[in-house]
Amino acid sequence: MTEPLLKVRGLTKHFPVRDGFRARGAVRAVDGLDFDVRPGETLGLVGESGCGKTTTGRMLVRLLDATSGSIEFDGRDITHARRAQLRPLRQDLQIIFQDPYASLNPRHTVGRIVAMPLQVNGINPPGGIKKRVQELLELVGLNPEHYNRYPHEFSGGQRQRIGIARALALRPKLIVADEPVSALDVSIQAQVINLLRDLQRDLDLAFVFIAHDLAVVRHFCHRVAVMYLGKIVEIGDRDDIYQRPQHPYTRALLSAIPDVTTLGPAGRIRLAGDVPTPLNPPSGCRFRTRCWKAQDRCATEEPPLITRDGGGQLTACHFPETGTISQDSGPVGATAEEVSK
Amino acid sequence: MSDMSHPPSLTAPGDPAAPDLAVETESPPVGGRREIVGRSPNQLAWLRLKRDRTARTSALTLVVAALVALCAPLFGWLTGMDPTDKFVDRLNDFGMPIGYAGGISSEHWLGLEPGSGRDIMLQLVYGLRTSLFIALASALLASVIGVAVGVIAGWARGWLDSVVNWLVDLTLAFPFLIFALAVIPILQDRFYTEREAPPPAFRVALIIATFGLFSWTYTARLVRGQVISLREREFVEAARAAGAGTGHILFRQLLPNIWAPILVTVSLNVPQFIAIEAALAFVNIGVTEPTPDLGRMIYNSIGYVASDPWYTLFPGLTIFLLVLAFNLFGDALRDSLDPRSTR
Repeated sequence: MTEPLLKVRGLTKHFPVRDGFRARGAVRAVDGLDFDVRPGETLGLVGESGCGKTTTGRMLVRLLDATSGSIEFDGRDITHARRAQLRPLRQDLQIIFQDPYASLNPRHTVGRIVAMPLQVNGINPPGGIKKRVQELLELVGLNPEHYNRYPHEFSGGQRQRIGIARALALRPKLIVADEPVSALDVSIQAQVINLLRDLQRDLDLAFVFIAHDLAVVRHFCHRVAVMYLGKIVEIGDRDDIYQRPQHPYTRALLSAIPDVTTLGPAGRIRLAGDVPTPLNPPSGCRFRTRCWKAQDRCATEEPPLITRDGGGQLTACHFPETGTISQDSGPVGATAEEVSK
Repeated sequence: MSDMSHPPSLTAPGDPAAPDLAVETESPPVGGRREIVGRSPNQLAWLRLKRDRTARTSALTLVVAALVALCAPLFGWLTGMDPTDKFVDRLNDFGMPIGYAGGISSEHWLGLEPGSGRDIMLQLVYGLRTSLFIALASALLASVIGVAVGVIAGWARGWLDSVVNWLVDLTLAFPFLIFALAVIPILQDRFYTEREAPPPAFRVALIIATFGLFSWTYTARLVRGQVISLREREFVEAARAAGAGTGHILFRQLLPNIWAPILVTVSLNVPQFIAIEAALAFVNIGVTEPTPDLGRMIYNSIGYVASDPWYTLFPGLTIFLLVLAFNLFGDALRDSLDPRSTR
């Protein structure tokens, strides 16, 4: 097995809640994540709103500082690296944002936006910045002559392509994609996802793909990590997660994918209640308040994220599910948000 | 200002949420090897401004006023008079100008001042220069202070932001006129004794400084809010993720997005300063003699309103037109920079 490109251990982010000047507890947005991403691999990070997916993504590219834990990229610990130390790594580690309308400066031309990472890092590619930018625009399927246009002249999907071109400008090895398609129409989603997949194949990119659309994740990711309330509850290869989910939460998520072959909510697992507040998460297993299998042990003892069958599928549950579910993800993707509705 | 030539399909320059139809329809058909050039938000705003009839009229008024003010010495040279020349021989025994309508004649187009016998047109032209200079310089000073303080507060956040906020609240709590009444004479006494007359430039500088020190608060608040709302936007995060430093983010990413509201504040500050500067003359802390000044002309003319209303009319009308034109232009500028704010 190749050496992982990104190695995350015990990654934690607590946002202090202040009442005037006194600290009053903390929102435990992310609480001890462990995962690896190998070169050229795509790791999907799925979960409901507020489970810490985006916070994790921002910590990986150092837009947020981790409270504790470590992030190792390409063999170097970047958890607390300063800006100057980070500079060479920035080129290998980029991010694509969710909102294509907020992620481009409305006062800059497309050329300036895509050239920004090159200029900030003082890189002058052979043939000049303009040539490189036009190559990038072509790479993401935009007309290179649109160099002088402004973001407001583009559609959502085109804007997302501009954001992708910007992330590619530094030739990164890993891209954190923070819900890159959830703001787009379904037809455009497919185009952008296929673009990302082509780019991954051609440029040997690794992705951390944050999403709540399970169908998109299944289509795009090699491995999947399911998050619940700041923790990974299950992580494994795509087929394991989608066909042999062991954690009850994963099962509930998957059951929310509409099945085109059956009418009505057949076999759908409905979770009762809401996600508990991350200010004061439940003791033991965090999912126990909504889990139909919960017992006393779940409240007292936190289940470790371990393998059940000796394979690569890790589950944090005292009473893992067994058995296979067979289903095809239809063209309509269920979102993790729909689970609790 | 509901100009019919103003197409409703135009959208905000800084509005990322709306697809811009205007450009798609207006750009020439993309055929052959034409290079595609997009219209920047600024160009769109400029187009809208050019189409706005109110903006054109008020801008023309302002340009004429500015030209007249700048060419004040030219007027003196052409007429062969000085604003301080006293034509006492054209006044009657009561000190009132001889002739109709405040002594309007072929030499004195706008008549003469009762009492002193100075030419009103020259006083007006030179006074316009004083008023415009004070208002523009104060607006510039207030904006520079305001932008600097606002950017620092919005960017630094934390305790520095709190301190700036307290400072703004404190400054806003001061009654301006009373403060000016206290500060201007005291500072003048600090530098000049009662016997020596301070140079006119000193009083002008003092007024500009007082305006600047009092009016930076609005700009500071505006800029602070803009910086805070923009700094969390994803395009700023993208710059940070690419390794950009604070300088790049502030000057390349943020400032291009906030200069528009700053420009609008400046253009709406100027008429305010013109009016307040005129008001200062009434409490005797305005521009001193012999520097011509519009506000002081009105103040002087009040005693003659019944006997010579023309003396009040000309400076009053000038200030009215100036303030109106500035306000209308400021409104039009705001509409063109942010069309969504139109009613």
